[in-house]
Amino acid sequence: MSHQSASVREPLILGEKTYHQITEDIAKPIEGKANNLFKILFTISALLALWGVACFSYTIGTGIGVWGLNKTVGWAWDITNFVWWVGIGHAGTLISAILLLFRQRWRMSINRSAEAMTIFAVICAALFPVMHMGRVWLAYWVLPLPNQFGSLWVNFNSPLLWDVFAISTYFTVSLVFWYTGLIPDFATIRDRQVKPKMKRIYSILSFGWSGSAKQWSRFEEVSLVLAGLSTPLVLSVHTIVSMDFATSVIPGWHTTIFPPYFVAGAVFSGFAMVLTLLIIMRKVLHLEDYITIAHVESMNKIIIITGSIVGVAYLTELFVSWYSGVEYEQYAFLNRATGPYWWSYWSMMTCNVITPQLFWFKKIRKSLMATFIISIFVNIGMWFERFVIIVTSLHRDYLPSSWTMFHPTFIDIGIFLGTIGIFFTLFLLFSRTFPVIALNELKTILKSTSENPKPPHH
Amino acid sequence: MSNTKKYWKGIEELQETPEFLNHKQNEFAEELPVDKFLGDDKLVNTNTNRRDFLKVLGFSVTAASLAACETPVRKAIPYLNKPEEITPGVANYYASSYWDGQDFASVVVKTREARPIKVDGNELCSITSGGSTARVQASVLSLYDSNRLRKPQMNGKEAEWSTVDKEVKSKLEATAQRGGNIRILTSTIISPSIKAAVAEFTIAYPTTQVVTYDAVSLKAIADAHLATHGKAMIPTYQFDKADFILGIGCDFLTNWLSPVEYARQYASKRKLSKDKKEMSRHVQIESLLSLTGSNADKRVALKPSQLGLAAISIYNKLTGSSISTAATDKDNAISEVAKELASYKGKALVVCGINDPAIQQVVNAINTYLGAYGNTINTDVIDYTRQGNDAAVANLVSEMNAGSVDALIIHGTNPVYSLANGDAFKTALSKVDLSISLSDVADETASACKIIAPNSHFLESWSDANPRTGHYTLGQPVINPLGSTREALVSLLNWAGNTTNARDYIAKYWEVMLYATSAEIAGFSTFWNKTLNAGLLVKSTEIVTNSVPTVPPAPSSTPAISDIKPVADLFAAGSSIVSSAKSAKGIEVVIYEKTGLGWGGQANNPWLQELPDPVTKVTWDNYVLMNPDEMREKGFNVLMGQEQFSDTVDVTIGTKKLSLPAVAQPGLPKGVVAIAVGYGRTAAGKTANGIGANAFSLVGTSGGYYQFNVSGASISGSTGKYNIAATQTHHTMMGRQIVKETTLEEYKKDSKAGNEDLLLATNLKNVGKDGKAKPQELDLWQNFEYKNHFWNMAIDLNSCIGCGSCVVSCTAENNVPVVGKDEVRRSREMHWMRIDRYFTSSMNEEVAEKDGVGAIDKFLKMEVPATDDSLEVVFQPVMCQHCNQAPCETVCPVLATTHSLEGLNQMTYNRCIGTRYCANNCPYKVRRFNWFRYNENEAFDFNMYDDMGKMVLNPDVTVRSRGVMEKCSMCVQRIQAGKLSAKKKSERPADGSIKTACQQACPTNAITFGDFNDANSAVRKAWNDERKYQLLEEVGTQPSVYYLTKVRNKPATTKA
Repeated sequence: MSHQSASVREPLILGEKTYHQITEDIAKPIEGKANNLFKILFTISALLALWGVACFSYTIGTGIGVWGLNKTVGWAWDITNFVWWVGIGHAGTLISAILLLFRQRWRMSINRSAEAMTIFAVICAALFPVMHMGRVWLAYWVLPLPNQFGSLWVNFNSPLLWDVFAISTYFTVSLVFWYTGLIPDFATIRDRQVKPKMKRIYSILSFGWSGSAKQWSRFEEVSLVLAGLSTPLVLSVHTIVSMDFATSVIPGWHTTIFPPYFVAGAVFSGFAMVLTLLIIMRKVLHLEDYITIAHVESMNKIIIITGSIVGVAYLTELFVSWYSGVEYEQYAFLNRATGPYWWSYWSMMTCNVITPQLFWFKKIRKSLMATFIISIFVNIGMWFERFVIIVTSLHRDYLPSSWTMFHPTFIDIGIFLGTIGIFFTLFLLFSRTFPVIALNELKTILKSTSENPKPPHH
Repeated sequence: MSNTKKYWKGIEELQETPEFLNHKQNEFAEELPVDKFLGDDKLVNTNTNRRDFLKVLGFSVTAASLAACETPVRKAIPYLNKPEEITPGVANYYASSYWDGQDFASVVVKTREARPIKVDGNELCSITSGGSTARVQASVLSLYDSNRLRKPQMNGKEAEWSTVDKEVKSKLEATAQRGGNIRILTSTIISPSIKAAVAEFTIAYPTTQVVTYDAVSLKAIADAHLATHGKAMIPTYQFDKADFILGIGCDFLTNWLSPVEYARQYASKRKLSKDKKEMSRHVQIESLLSLTGSNADKRVALKPSQLGLAAISIYNKLTGSSISTAATDKDNAISEVAKELASYKGKALVVCGINDPAIQQVVNAINTYLGAYGNTINTDVIDYTRQGNDAAVANLVSEMNAGSVDALIIHGTNPVYSLANGDAFKTALSKVDLSISLSDVADETASACKIIAPNSHFLESWSDANPRTGHYTLGQPVINPLGSTREALVSLLNWAGNTTNARDYIAKYWEVMLYATSAEIAGFSTFWNKTLNAGLLVKSTEIVTNSVPTVPPAPSSTPAISDIKPVADLFAAGSSIVSSAKSAKGIEVVIYEKTGLGWGGQANNPWLQELPDPVTKVTWDNYVLMNPDEMREKGFNVLMGQEQFSDTVDVTIGTKKLSLPAVAQPGLPKGVVAIAVGYGRTAAGKTANGIGANAFSLVGTSGGYYQFNVSGASISGSTGKYNIAATQTHHTMMGRQIVKETTLEEYKKDSKAGNEDLLLATNLKNVGKDGKAKPQELDLWQNFEYKNHFWNMAIDLNSCIGCGSCVVSCTAENNVPVVGKDEVRRSREMHWMRIDRYFTSSMNEEVAEKDGVGAIDKFLKMEVPATDDSLEVVFQPVMCQHCNQAPCETVCPVLATTHSLEGLNQMTYNRCIGTRYCANNCPYKVRRFNWFRYNENEAFDFNMYDDMGKMVLNPDVTVRSRGVMEKCSMCVQRIQAGKLSAKKKSERPADGSIKTACQQACPTNAITFGDFNDANSAVRKAWNDERKYQLLEEVGTQPSVYYLTKVRNKPATTKA
């Protein structure tokens, strides 16, 4: 493990760090007091989350009619938000699982918060398929539970059912993976705690971790197994989400390119969200030495790749629709680009295809400000991508007599903002109570990739 | 042996100890220490401690809230004694007659547990043959209109009938004694009994005169026949005998004399099959794009002022006469029509809906020249449904103003609303000493009358009708009056001093007047029961009815039809037409009746309000229709949609001004606008009040005839924005094969014309041939097997006229909720079936290729309907297609929508969790989601929120809850009922014995339903018809509903 990095690689830990210093730096947000910036951010997020809860409650109380949907457009912001959040949830697992398997050491500073982001994003995502049901109180009917209603069973043909399994599996595995990684770090926090109550809590959370060699060996094994389990999930979840559309008969949905295109898009949007979060977090929690420009640059490179895949997918879709010779298909794509929702299509194209290409310039790739702005663009673009797929395909499908427009209501908007609030509230709570960087793992690369490692004081 | 054993309670009883005897009387063996307990001083000082209190409080609150959580129990109370004819769960049917003062229909009423829930046409009736209009269908809901009066009113306060009768009688007697004038203002009366009652009334009060008033008058037709044929009559027309039909400003398919009958005749002539490859040709010359014009093979759009000129030109061309005329905008097209017409002598029919006797005379002359009388026009059978006398009404108003009318009884009409000078009528009404309205609601006129003696709804009444020569029908009540109302007939009789009830009076009348000439049936009661059961009686000879005194007196004896002189003074008529055409200036206004709402008598009916207009597809409003090009020139918005706001404009004629939104109507000439009547009600009830503006106020009068085409209007610029609610906001087919269409010429050559097989390229070896396969051959799924029944539906697009009766029928049958204007605006109407209407566009693939138009531009232009005479309209009823490979079925996560063993795509409401995935994946977009709880929701204050309105619900169909999907079930409840009744007879359901609601209502038999597995069924025949196609066949859904291509009788040169 502790071989020296080639000098061409940039250091992943800056400054003069000791093992102790790492622990100090990462434990500081948990042990210290919240600063004003945190308080402000938390208040805003919590208020947004409450507003979202209010909008959700109003929807349940009154009916889905409070959204802007209609007879032609049966899904709009609800499923757009769902797919968007699930997509965001992809980066965490990709970073922890696939990058672990590929032995990418730069993942160590970011995997913890990326995984946390995944968990919270999947929570936000899962809200939508449940909340969009007309009779949400019967949501448990999608589970293949034994029941007394007669010989009732779920429909295994339905991609929505596959979603249920895909999302719940993904959520469970991600949660376990994340928690497993947290155990040694919780133990470190536990050992440092002086307040008995906190010590008690962290000792429960750390499952009695003692740091013995046997435990470490098992820890490594479990991590590897979970990484192996998660890797196919990274591909499967969004593949299955894409099948909600791909297996349908609606022009613009019925597209075989969707699974790879959705997965690439998901990683793309996930990394963008990780960047958005980390650039703020490193500032707020003073983690500049651990989340370095090198980390940002690595992620930006993934954004270029996935962004380009997405761009190629867009163009392929256009080509195939023309080449198919199917008039409905041709019109669906022409309508996306030139119909009444042209602005959403071109927002998507600009944000997802053009802006990430700026990362070919090293200066932009290494600029925090530019990265932050572009990551926001990508977040917006990927939201529009889902909106374009869902709404512009539905609003003008086969029979022109049913063509119509979708107009969101305040509730639609409120719910979306609400989930952003829920997400950030959870993330901010996480940043103050959990070790936001996998500190024990990070220590393994201290010697090899630090800018200027200091020998430990013994 | 008696039982002498005795048991003792104890040894004390056996021994009868004094102690025992002492206590024997006491209930308790020991004395209870009640006094001691109550007298205990400590009791006063006891207190429930805090804990106890909280315990008790907690318990009671929990108990109370648990009790409150319980769902309210609605009690169904069983009959103590079962009425003989009512079996709960089994429907009863009664024949009756519908008459609203304008439209007649012989109907069959379905009742459940003594509640009428559905009105359909009576198949025995030769006029309607079982068809019905939207208004007939909706009339059952009007019965449950909570706005109907529950009691008579005097001076705005509820009163008892006895009081009212006393007051009316004393005043009438006093008036009659001093020779004061009594007038009865009535809509056309076709009831012989009411006529007799009026006659009786007139005998009792000899100063009575009757004025007949039709809001939408066609008096000119009768008067033109007086001039040309010597007899004031409206003949009956036979569209099924005409090979060539020319309509001049005449919406004969929906709003003219006998629309159901004429639509049926029209469609029957145009039905095509292997053995019948001929159909009539229909040319329409009109201004407004009417439903009739939409169905025409050729349509010539003219300004209303030029329609008469066109009639003269045609007459001149045909006969070589030289009646002076003036040029129209489309002289070439008109002379082409005349040329065509000339070759159809004896087989042509010209009809005209303009209330101008001069034009009608010219039309009569054309018909005479063409030999239509006796062939396509029947003067032996005379239509009695329009007897109004426009001039007499005007005369009455001036009489009233002069104060010379002392008593006025208003029956079946609402002149304050429907007269152009309604306000003047209201003022004049205040000068009448005794004003009585027989209206069942306190409408605009009734509320201005001193007394309202509410008439019962026709479903609560005994009635009879004589809509035309020799045709008599009976109407019977199917429910007790919901309020304290009574038939107008009874009121009139009562005031005339005759206290017979309606049933006895009508029976007596029939016994004397009709039975006497029907010797074929022995015994009047047999005759009566038989007639009542059938609902009608057709007699070959006319029976003399009691004559009704009119003002002015009707023309006396008329010459026999055989010796009439065909040529009236056509030159005078011609010059009158020319002069009125020349005097037309400014913007011309067409005032028309909508297919659904008509003149507005049932405006308070939410079903009719929500029924989209067949041509504009707009609900809940009237509006100013304008030519789209003209609107663009003026900068008005021509688009429709949730956030597309129409421009409000002021239409001004003289001092009259209407402010309404402008809506684009292709096919309407520039310089012409059209506004529907029936809206702008102020006292019709909560549903209708305040919607739109009253276009009756613009109706003109010329020579004593109401003119529904007026000129001299001006139109302001946009004065504001208004959001209209349309169910269809996109109007063209975008070059897609949705409604397949061909011409008769091509169809004769090849009966698959316009319906060529759809073949998809494939490289699969085992399917298709030559690398091509039909969509259904390329299938991933296993096909269902239908061993018993396989229910299919066929819709003949050549017969469908788009009228929308089926939509209302479906609404009534399936408890479809009314959602109101705002929800329709949000594209959330709940109708299970809709009628798609497409306009042709000037842009199509060929034009694009020829002119080198790019794809983007092409599609943008395709969205715009044509505005010239090339405009054609097609209608297509679309409901759930019951796909055999249904996209909705595979995607439902909980199997709430599944396929039945009989091929139905069924919805299990109980299982639905409302993901809406099925609706998204439906290529036909026929699924409807319950966005809100529509029933018992005050935000949807329509019939389902109303205790009375709820009575119309069909108990066989679930009222859907919030959050579930619904859609057409192919009337599965009717299928079940039909199967059961066949099973009871141990036979298979006969073809045609099960009818869906839409099929039953259809006036043109466009819809066929049946069992595909029955090799002789009509639907199987339709399947084998070469015109058959499935909508969006290429998607591979394999629908159980199929369509037969539309065929237009026009030359093949212009390809649709």
